[in-house]
Amino acid sequence: MISEFAVEMRDVVKRFITPEGNEMAAVDHVTMKIKNGEFFSMLGSSGCGKTTSLRMIAGFEWPTEGEVFIEGKPMGHTPPFQRKVNTVFQSYALFQHMTIYQNVAFGLEMEGAKEEEIKKRVGRALDMVQLTGMDRRKPKQLSGGQQQRVALARALVKTPDVLLLDEPLGALDLKLRKEMQLELKALQQQLGITFIYVTHDQEEALTMSDRIAVMSKGKVQQMGSPVEVYERPANKFVADFIGESNFLEGKIRTISKDEATVFIPGLNAELTGMPVSDGLVKGEEVYVSIRPEKVRITEKNAINQNIFHAKVTNTVYIGADTHIYVEAHGVKLKVLEQNRISRLDPKSFYSVGQEVWLMLMPENTLLLKKD
Amino acid sequence: MLQRLRESKSAQGTLLALPTTVWLFVLLIIPLILTLIVSFGKRSPDGDVIYTFTLDNYIRLSGYSTDCPDGQTACFDPLYVGILGRSMSLAFNTTFFVITLAYPLAYFIARAHPKQRNMYLFMVLIPLWTNFVIRVYAWMMLLRKEGAINIIIGWVMNLLNIPFTPLEMLYTPGAVLVGMVYEFLPFMILPIYTSLEKIDNSLYEAAADLGANAVKTFLRVTLPLSMPGVVAGTILVFIPVMGTFIVSDILGGRQVILVGNLIQRQFLDARDPTFGSAASLILMVLTLIVTYFYTRKFGFGEEIVAA
Ligand SMILES: Nc1ncnc2c1ncn2[C@@H]1O[C@H](COP(=O)(O)OP(=O)(O)OP(=O)(O)O)[C@@H](O)[C@H]1O
Ligand SMILES: [Mg+2]
Repeated sequence: MISEFAVEMRDVVKRFITPEGNEMAAVDHVTMKIKNGEFFSMLGSSGCGKTTSLRMIAGFEWPTEGEVFIEGKPMGHTPPFQRKVNTVFQSYALFQHMTIYQNVAFGLEMEGAKEEEIKKRVGRALDMVQLTGMDRRKPKQLSGGQQQRVALARALVKTPDVLLLDEPLGALDLKLRKEMQLELKALQQQLGITFIYVTHDQEEALTMSDRIAVMSKGKVQQMGSPVEVYERPANKFVADFIGESNFLEGKIRTISKDEATVFIPGLNAELTGMPVSDGLVKGEEVYVSIRPEKVRITEKNAINQNIFHAKVTNTVYIGADTHIYVEAHGVKLKVLEQNRISRLDPKSFYSVGQEVWLMLMPENTLLLKKD
Repeated sequence: MLQRLRESKSAQGTLLALPTTVWLFVLLIIPLILTLIVSFGKRSPDGDVIYTFTLDNYIRLSGYSTDCPDGQTACFDPLYVGILGRSMSLAFNTTFFVITLAYPLAYFIARAHPKQRNMYLFMVLIPLWTNFVIRVYAWMMLLRKEGAINIIIGWVMNLLNIPFTPLEMLYTPGAVLVGMVYEFLPFMILPIYTSLEKIDNSLYEAAADLGANAVKTFLRVTLPLSMPGVVAGTILVFIPVMGTFIVSDILGGRQVILVGNLIQRQFLDARDPTFGSAASLILMVLTLIVTYFYTRKFGFGEEIVAA
């Protein structure tokens, strides 16, 4: 292969004219480098420009500015049928008038492959997605999950360098979706093809991806491995969008190379030993971000740093965990406790109105800029 | 009673089908039976129907004749068989040309910008607001020896210094064909448009994604998916064309007589409803046979109906 990167988007902008006649940037100066063999996800809420980015890679749209490279070659206005990428469409886009076999064979016929080879490769592709023996059916005679597999087989049979998937599991029920996530990931590892995967489901992205680009309003907010984006979110948007987080408004009192002291007006208290990140200065307004499962909750005051007195306002039992909502001096936080012990009344462990202590361990918190 | 109705699915079905059954019976079955009875009758000298049972009318239609030259007792008179054949071939030709013209137009409209699409559809429909007969007369004005087409050609020829005698276009089979194609074009454009418009854009993208260029996409995806529209349009065009008489009357004159004209004249001019009825039934049977074989091969274009 010519390039280390399967796909590269270099400073790509895509502007659309809205029906009202205004110009809006669906994709706004996006730069992404996607490595060969990588499972790369674009994650973001509805309308953030994921599909548009994917369509520019596939060749259905052309960038207004910037350039898309595939295997190091600038794509310019290369039409889709001359790019070595294939797409699994969100709506599957199966040809209803053709059988499953004909659907999967279509791409090979377009390449001018010989009939015998087509037969062999279609058979292999259908085996791969576990649709052996379904080849004579029409798409309408398959379930949603099976249709999804046909769409996958139809794209994979072309042995593309890059497979583009636009929310391919969006229409499936939760259980099937979880199964397919693992299957897709296994398939990707087995084939060694680069997958570019679009989803708005953060859990899905975390489960499957090698790297995730978190997008919002046409811009990439953060790019990194699942662990990085979850444990070290770059800003409040990412911390909020991926998983849940408590945000405490505060102001930096003192700051050194390794740690900072932050005053939290809401708690009328100081948090000490906070980890620092680049660009923070003394006196700056920040958010102290901490995940619900990382807040330590106890009945007794054990230490005397970074600990606050609070009152339980609500508890919600959800099986594996209990969500405990607490309030300290009017500041609301959510705490998550695993139900490690089997008991019939797990809520009774923390009951509404109970007085508790919350510990915010410095290594579990992040200081995020207010923007 | 009501209790029983609630429990019995078949009783419910009967009840629900009742209005349609009555409607069909009054408007279709009874007239058809009357036509059949009349067709077996005989014409009295003053133009009334004498109800008997004779196959004379059908024998006459088949071309068997006893009124022969050279003192023969029986011979073949090709008049009516010829008319039936001409009607049939005209219906085939009309349908063929209508499809050829309507498909590109429907394709163009379906792929146009949504804002312009409605305007184009509107333009297709406007002629239908004018009376059928008036529109055919308009063609007469165009095709006449002194008509617009001859004037324009004459004018161009004059500029090029080529001698030109006006073309005889009116009262020819060609004129009837042109009129028919014009009249029935919208009935083909609309169903084809509907089926083309229903094709999701992602299918075109999927085809391109899998390596198909524009031509292959059209042949492998667009065309097959729009076939239901073509089939529905064909049924909508072929059946009325088989029975029409106004176009051939005005643009064909005495030269181009179709089954429709034959039937019309039997009822109005010749005052022989018995022969007219026999001809109507033969026309119906022929149309049914063609439609039967056609729909057995292609279906009814049901996806259109279902949409
Ligand atoms: N062809 C178009 N014309 C005008 N605006 C468009 C067009 N395609 C997309 N947009 C706009 O661009 C923005 C981004 O759209 P895009 O489809 O990329 O979002 P998305 O991230 O895929 O969202 P979703 O999760 O809902 O699929 C949206 O605001 C959308 O309205
Ligand atoms: Mg999308």
